[in-house]
Amino acid sequence: MRHRLAFASLFVLLAIVVLVLFGPLVWKLAINDIDFSTKLQGPSLAHPMGTDDLGQDLFARMLYGGRISLAVGLMAMLMAITVGILIGSLAGISRGWVDTALMWLTDLFLSLPQLPLLLLLIYLFRDSLKAVFGPEIGVFFLIVLVIGGFRWMPVARLVRAQFFSLREKEFVEAARALGASVPRQIARHILPNALGPVIVAGTIDVAAAIIAESTLSFLGLGFPPDIPTWGRILFDSKDYLDIAAHWALFPGGAIFLTVLTINFIGDGLRDALDPRKVL
Amino acid sequence: MGPFILRRLLISLPSVMGISVVLFTVLALAPGDPFAEMALNPNIPAEVREAMRVRLGLDDPIWQRYLRWLWAMVHGDWGFSFISRVNVDLLILQRVPVTLVVIGASQLLAMCIALPVGIYAAVRPYSWFDRLASTVAFIGFSLPTFFTGMLLILLFSIKLDWLPFVYKADISETGWAWWREHLRQSIMPVAVLGLFQGASWMRYVRSAVLDVIRLDYVTTARSKGLAERMVITKHVVRNALIPVVTLVALQVPAIFGGAIVTEQIFRIPGIGSLLIDAILRNDTPVIMAVTFVFSCLVIAFNLIADLVYGWLDPRISYQ
Amino acid sequence: MNEHKLRGLIDQVKTGRSTRRSFIDKMVSLGLTAPMASMMLMHYGVAQAQPAPVYKPTKRGGGGVLKVLWWQGATLLQPHFAAGTKDQEGSRIFYEPLAIWDSEGNLIPILAAEIPSRANGGLSADGKTVTWKLKRGVTWHDGQPFTADDCVFTWEFARDPATAAVTMGIYKDVTVTKVDSHTIRVAFAKPTPFWATAFVAAEGMVIPKHAFAAYTGEKSREAPANLKPVGTGPYKFVDFKPGDMVRGEMYPNYHMPNRPYFDAIEMKGGGDAVSAARAVLQTGEFDYAWNLQVEDDVLKRLEEGGKGRVYIVPSGDIEFIQLNPTDPWNEVEGERASIKSKHFALSDPAVREAMSLVIDRKSIQDNIYGRTGIATSNFLNNPPKYRSSNTKFEVNLDKANQLLEGAGWKKGSDGVREKGGRKLKFVFQTSVNSLRQKEQAVVKQGCQRVGIDLELKSVVASVFFSTDVANPDTYPKFWCDMQMYTTTMTQPDPERFMDQYLGKEISSKANKWQGRNISRWSSKEYDELFASAEGELDPAKRAALFIRMNDMPIKDNAIIPLISRPRVRGASVKLVTQLSGWDLDFAFLQNWYREA
Repeated sequence: MRHRLAFASLFVLLAIVVLVLFGPLVWKLAINDIDFSTKLQGPSLAHPMGTDDLGQDLFARMLYGGRISLAVGLMAMLMAITVGILIGSLAGISRGWVDTALMWLTDLFLSLPQLPLLLLLIYLFRDSLKAVFGPEIGVFFLIVLVIGGFRWMPVARLVRAQFFSLREKEFVEAARALGASVPRQIARHILPNALGPVIVAGTIDVAAAIIAESTLSFLGLGFPPDIPTWGRILFDSKDYLDIAAHWALFPGGAIFLTVLTINFIGDGLRDALDPRKVL
Repeated sequence: MGPFILRRLLISLPSVMGISVVLFTVLALAPGDPFAEMALNPNIPAEVREAMRVRLGLDDPIWQRYLRWLWAMVHGDWGFSFISRVNVDLLILQRVPVTLVVIGASQLLAMCIALPVGIYAAVRPYSWFDRLASTVAFIGFSLPTFFTGMLLILLFSIKLDWLPFVYKADISETGWAWWREHLRQSIMPVAVLGLFQGASWMRYVRSAVLDVIRLDYVTTARSKGLAERMVITKHVVRNALIPVVTLVALQVPAIFGGAIVTEQIFRIPGIGSLLIDAILRNDTPVIMAVTFVFSCLVIAFNLIADLVYGWLDPRISYQ
Repeated sequence: MNEHKLRGLIDQVKTGRSTRRSFIDKMVSLGLTAPMASMMLMHYGVAQAQPAPVYKPTKRGGGGVLKVLWWQGATLLQPHFAAGTKDQEGSRIFYEPLAIWDSEGNLIPILAAEIPSRANGGLSADGKTVTWKLKRGVTWHDGQPFTADDCVFTWEFARDPATAAVTMGIYKDVTVTKVDSHTIRVAFAKPTPFWATAFVAAEGMVIPKHAFAAYTGEKSREAPANLKPVGTGPYKFVDFKPGDMVRGEMYPNYHMPNRPYFDAIEMKGGGDAVSAARAVLQTGEFDYAWNLQVEDDVLKRLEEGGKGRVYIVPSGDIEFIQLNPTDPWNEVEGERASIKSKHFALSDPAVREAMSLVIDRKSIQDNIYGRTGIATSNFLNNPPKYRSSNTKFEVNLDKANQLLEGAGWKKGSDGVREKGGRKLKFVFQTSVNSLRQKEQAVVKQGCQRVGIDLELKSVVASVFFSTDVANPDTYPKFWCDMQMYTTTMTQPDPERFMDQYLGKEISSKANKWQGRNISRWSSKEYDELFASAEGELDPAKRAALFIRMNDMPIKDNAIIPLISRPRVRGASVKLVTQLSGWDLDFAFLQNWYREA
């Protein structure tokens, strides 16, 4: 039953990805065609998702922006989770000074005020990244780094806490008694069971990353203001909620759908990895 | 446990110092100018601006400025804001009550929603309750606070005209009216924040309880004939609380940091808006003071969380 | 519009053939300010109109609380340390200057007994001295009498470099002496036609000697009165939370009868413009909101509720685009955008002219700014009569295309024009502001239609408008191809405004980018005209010179004016205010009342 849900979600997510990747090749309306005579119209045949206050077609903008939002959301989430799992497991399995040092690092990152750090990093690295990767990819890397870089700490602490409690459980003791090496203990026994909070964090992080990117662009730090990422479209729509609800519904719905599918996929993953499949 | 606590406490002092060095350096290097608005005013000669920079020591090397700050901090002098010339501790203290009340209340609300809903959803996984609760939770954290805030304002302030949406820190009424006014203006921001937070917490609680409920000792307890409620409260919840404790420990310092977007929308004079204003205006003393207190809280609460783990699960040891 | 024509117009007003009002309107349309026009008339002996605003309330107090919303909250309450208009407004609740400017550019006395003129002996014949007579019977909020000593003290306080007052520029070039307890004399080093600077308007608020005497020079920032102001204004200080709330209560011994109407005032800060508009226009939680930088259709919708109205107050602010004549991408002697370099495309006049032809100002006005902006092609409103032949605003894509083809810029395969292997791709920066981002989108579309590609960039306002030497994104650095912002005419005298195009003021590494000429445009003729305007005593001659100077950078297409932006304020329908675009919002605070 749950497998079906997981597979269905995988399918939906892939469909979204295909849509944003190839959709613009089929749907030819430009994303920044300003036409004041058609502004703030609801969904219609010509504009399946309606138009915004400059008369731009929302469907085209959603498709174009979706590439960036999905890419940023997924990659930032993966980065946060990977770093978080690494640091959390290291801290959780060792004790003593390794744990203390890693926790100091975590506390440091938790204390850092994000905005000044962001401004600093972007100002320091923007030009060199642009030179190496080109303007768009350079900014993209910087954003993923920055968003993911501020979300790994809760994952690390959660994983570490899980490790603490799982490390003493009987099945791990048993594995230890059987002579399993520490990496094997981690990989086969502890980590699969520690993934619960990680999956929850993952789904939350995707939504948070997409929104964070829009906050960045609102501060002039992310992508240029005319790039219609989902978070940006949502932000632009907020003053017109009472007369043009469609403008907010589509990006909000898209983010929600992405989060939903990732969550069910995650659940499915956890079940697949769990050697003790209990219904 | 004793040596562990001692060790962590001893380390916390240098670790706080270490963090303060990094914080200070980041702030000193970050772009921006506290005298930005003066740049636009042709009445202010450039020499005046320069003189102010020199007087505030802005052009001294970073290590000098850091040591000056440290020395002052040790003496209880938190400095004064570059912008308003008010003492920083006064600025912060003015805003602490509001922050505690609004942000604190929202965290409590989030907890009160997340715990029961999460537990019940996990006890009956994939039931209609679970599906409904999870879906609402997904909607909850997919929508940013600026959006839900806007929605609530449109509904309750503008359409229905039930609630004011601009927060007033000092209300002149007294007695019952004072309580009522405070309630009326706090409901929306507390709801916005609490629901956003509660949505993600509910998912964590549910996942944690699910993890535990599958384990053998729960089956044992059940097979022993214990009432379901006893099983849940005595065995499941206690063990499932570990991730929850982690999250709460991560969030409590955030209460002090305020909630920038919500404070902006409802004009709540909390520490979040103080911080963002200071950041946008490069008011370094204020930023430094707030982030420093914040980092102390982070370290303190993470230590408390580590201790609570030991209490929740006696098998966790810290040799 | 030369000086003969100007003198002719002034004569017409003097002999009654034309109205004072129409003269001032014409001057404003040519790029001058109402106060300057008014001073011109005064110089030639045209008496000021004495406008009598109808103040209905017949007693002091009883009006309840006046709640105002400033979405940038005041952070300090000392007018001579103010870091921006929000602080000046917060201070103005408590402090007062000797005189203020009304919307027609007239000087209205507040703490002065009358406005100095040649007729009453207040102005000397050589233009070097002004004698102010102070009002008698005025007391500070703590009961002490207001005298000439306070004015002299304010002057000493502001001009002392150790105080680092933001108003120093005005007070350091004058000498103020006490004549008697209620008369002061302000002396200028050279004859000064525009004398109404010291003690007038926002920079002229008088501070009490007895509260600040112990805190001069270095110690000035420690004065308790900085945070607990003692002034002569209609409201007394109650409480102040920086960035959040300023509260005042009615001052029972205020020096004007039956004023103020309100018992208390609350000035709340924070939030953004749209929610401020809602709070006044939709829910009525506040009586007045400042600076509603919001799209006009949103404002119109909010007004439909009938609770509040939007007020558009004419002033001198212009939103414009600068085209960089230097090369911002390559360093010359270690400096980007150096005056020694040339921009590969924008130094070509054909490209610049083409740019000015593709921007659809009308669209911007109609769809983004609405009532809150007026499309313009000159440095201010420009009615047809005075438009010079080159400065009209037309959108002519064909002509632009022709110009570019003719200059050798051919369209490449991707639709972008190029010449000599370099494409017409520009980086266009401005500050973060939803209206500005929309303007950028419109400009980008216009450019695309003629084969110019724009990369849009938006910078946080606090970084864009800063003078941080280390930051590459500040507007004085101009390290990109085009930038856009609003230039404010808060100074009634354009001379301080016109130095923005002087050769010697060009912003460069040598002067740490503090030079006032950010557009890096210069011309010998302009510098010569400016030099002669500086020494010119005759106001009509001077005005004519300014008008000529005004046109020069525009004809050269170095700058492209877009929208003239009046001040936009929101107030509840019952509130009666008196707003002037040439002074602070609170300039007439004592006259505000609420209709029954």
